[in-house]
Amino acid sequence: MMAVAMVSIALQRNLFASVVLFSVYSFLMATVLVALDAVDVGMTEAAVGAVSTVLLVGTLYLVRKEEMKPLHKPVLPLVVALVTVGVLAYGTLGLPAFSDPDAPIHQHVAPRYLEDGPRETGVANIVIAVLASYRSYDTLGEVIVIFTAGVGVIALLRRRGTKEKER
Amino acid sequence: MRDYVVLRVVGKIMMAFMLLFAVYVHFHSKYGPGGGFQAGMILAAAIIFYAMIYGLPAARAVVPEWLVETMVAAGAMLYLLVGVAGILLGGNYLDYFVLHADPVAGQLRGIFWIELGVLITVAGVLLKVFYLFAGRPVTDEDGR
Repeated sequence: MMAVAMVSIALQRNLFASVVLFSVYSFLMATVLVALDAVDVGMTEAAVGAVSTVLLVGTLYLVRKEEMKPLHKPVLPLVVALVTVGVLAYGTLGLPAFSDPDAPIHQHVAPRYLEDGPRETGVANIVIAVLASYRSYDTLGEVIVIFTAGVGVIALLRRRGTKEKER
Repeated sequence: MRDYVVLRVVGKIMMAFMLLFAVYVHFHSKYGPGGGFQAGMILAAAIIFYAMIYGLPAARAVVPEWLVETMVAAGAMLYLLVGVAGILLGGNYLDYFVLHADPVAGQLRGIFWIELGVLITVAGVLLKVFYLFAGRPVTDEDGR
């Protein structure tokens, strides 16, 4: 279903239909993440999907409804995309099997977090314990990134607003 | 959407649950899925939902621009200050176990406050971006 949504987005010229299909894709993705037991990420995906759909519809309000015809045939990008898909698919062959308990990622620090996390932090939700306590610096960086991105968007959009007022 | 009575009434009822759920996701993240980021997203989504039904001016009256802009910086600031509090109480930067006599309670307290910082920044940035997009003047048919 996700592949169908993606292909229809690429073929679709009507921007409103694309936005709706993106939202469908986002909710399918959230469902997949919940099925993979990553409820945190699924929750984020669902909320981000809803909010970004609103933002995209808001953008549609400002621009034209139909995408322009491409000026040339996108053959080179197609080749690049296909080669990338091939390389990535080849790369997955070297990964350990899905949910393999002996995979390196489950042997490194994860067992320590799982065994000592609840005792050391008193938090039953290991995801929060790792994010906010063991990997606190990373989360700090994440917050700073969100802050910087927000300030960047504010600076870009607001400057335009004041210029229009000056005219 | 001023004429849609059903939407307006249902929206008003839904708002309380959405805001409550955002707070729940934050406070309950110790035991269930969730956390500051998710709670911030849900909070912002609730306000955006309100703005869609009652119009942007109504949402601006509830959550004014200056508050949103302050939230963007205040969340990151709160996170940084929790780290500084760790230093002042004799630990390293972002050490939580010094925040309370009992190290585990200190961890809980530190995690709560930094997650609150994440919540405030995320909600602030999202709302600000939404306000900026929704508040822009409408252009003509050619998109210019």
